[in-house]
Amino acid sequence: MKKLVIPAFTLLAAAGIAISIYLIFFQAPLQYGLNEDGKLNGSSLFFNQKIFYFHTAHAMLMIVAVVMAGVSSILFLLSRRAEPEDGRAPGSALQAVMAFVRTHGPTWDDIASASVDVAIAFGAIALVTGSIWAKAAWDVWWNWEPRLTITLLLWMVLVGYGLVRRFAGPSADRVAAGMAIFGGVSSYFVYTMVGQDSHPAAGTNGVVATLGPGMRGAFLLSALSILCWYIALVMSRVQSTRAERELRELRERGLDLGVLQ
Amino acid sequence: MTALLRQAGRVAWKDLRIELRSREILYTMAFFGALLVVIFAFAFPRDVRAVRGSMPGMLWTAIAFTGTIGLGRGFDRERENDTMRALLLAPVPRLAVFLGKAMATAVLVLSVAAICAPLLAVFLDVALFTYPLPLVLIIVLGAIGIAVTGSVFAATLLKVRSRDVLLPVILYPLLIPLFVAGTKCTAGLVAEIPNLDAAWYWIQFLGIYDTSFLVVSVWIFESLVIE
Repeated sequence: MKKLVIPAFTLLAAAGIAISIYLIFFQAPLQYGLNEDGKLNGSSLFFNQKIFYFHTAHAMLMIVAVVMAGVSSILFLLSRRAEPEDGRAPGSALQAVMAFVRTHGPTWDDIASASVDVAIAFGAIALVTGSIWAKAAWDVWWNWEPRLTITLLLWMVLVGYGLVRRFAGPSADRVAAGMAIFGGVSSYFVYTMVGQDSHPAAGTNGVVATLGPGMRGAFLLSALSILCWYIALVMSRVQSTRAERELRELRERGLDLGVLQ
Repeated sequence: MTALLRQAGRVAWKDLRIELRSREILYTMAFFGALLVVIFAFAFPRDVRAVRGSMPGMLWTAIAFTGTIGLGRGFDRERENDTMRALLLAPVPRLAVFLGKAMATAVLVLSVAAICAPLLAVFLDVALFTYPLPLVLIIVLGAIGIAVTGSVFAATLLKVRSRDVLLPVILYPLLIPLFVAGTKCTAGLVAEIPNLDAAWYWIQFLGIYDTSFLVVSVWIFESLVIE
């Protein structure tokens, strides 16, 4: 059963992306331009808006991956704290949760680093597709607009985190945790320091919430299939890291017992 | 509080006294900074208008590069003699050790900036010192920011093999707001029509940035450098 989870999510993602491509190009209407007064302008149709379905979905999933990495980092740090030795009766809900967190210590760390890896890939896709769209829609490859700047810097912090993970050796987890915390503080300053916004708005009145009927379905499907893809990627990475660790531990045990040379 | 600062001052004075005896970091950093200035002078156009625009960037790039070198060397010294453990075992709070290291680094970065800035002004013929007070303020704040954040990561990376590459890789993305604030403030000071309001805005910005990074560093330093 457990073995089937990753293939199942991969298949879901593949089918979902295939169907959403069909929906995007054959079903969803073309984006209309808006006049100065905010009314629809029928004479300008934007084919380049089709990239939105993947660009925005990847950007959203990058945020999901970053939040996931942050949450599992916090859980990892919590799991390293010693068990409280006061005489309180076990069995309260909080203690059960903490026990669960503690017994899965290394898994949280694995999820965090796997999520960051996926976030790097999705961020790269979001930045590149965004740049292509910007060239078509704003006629520049890149302008230093807040969401671009902050995404680029967040992405660079993520890449730094990935490099630390790979090359910092035994103290990698601590350095990475420090990076995550400082990166969070720093992104606030980046946000206050950059100029005005030419991105469409986000939030409850934003583009995603107010999509036209034909577009909403296509977007939701593409976002959901990329979510499945994200889950499949993270799970397989967590599995391979766990297998790596188990192999290493086995090897060390074998060396200790003198079975291996 | 005063005891903490006194202990931090002792740690910083220890570092600076070693430095005053060998002058290794100071000489190499300063010469490296001077070399950077010369390279910039060759690499960028030297007409007055272009220089006004690019000179702040040159100053802050030089500060960033020399700062990383100083950080790396300052902590390498503790590693080579394996004195970091002794320092952490000393009967003072770890916070004092951290603040002391950061103070010593800030002094080094400042002294190199004190060499680079006049050199830039001379070589590129820019009136950099028309408003000395804001310029000194922004450089001091920048040095503090680099030293504080840098000390956290330099201390954590002490035992890591590729620390020389990893330190800037970690540090620069986090310090981008600092470099932007420094560059914009300096640009406001050397512009044809100096923009003092902008300069003060960025000085305040950097002050708040430094304060919050200092708070975060104080908060996490202890849990990051556990041996």
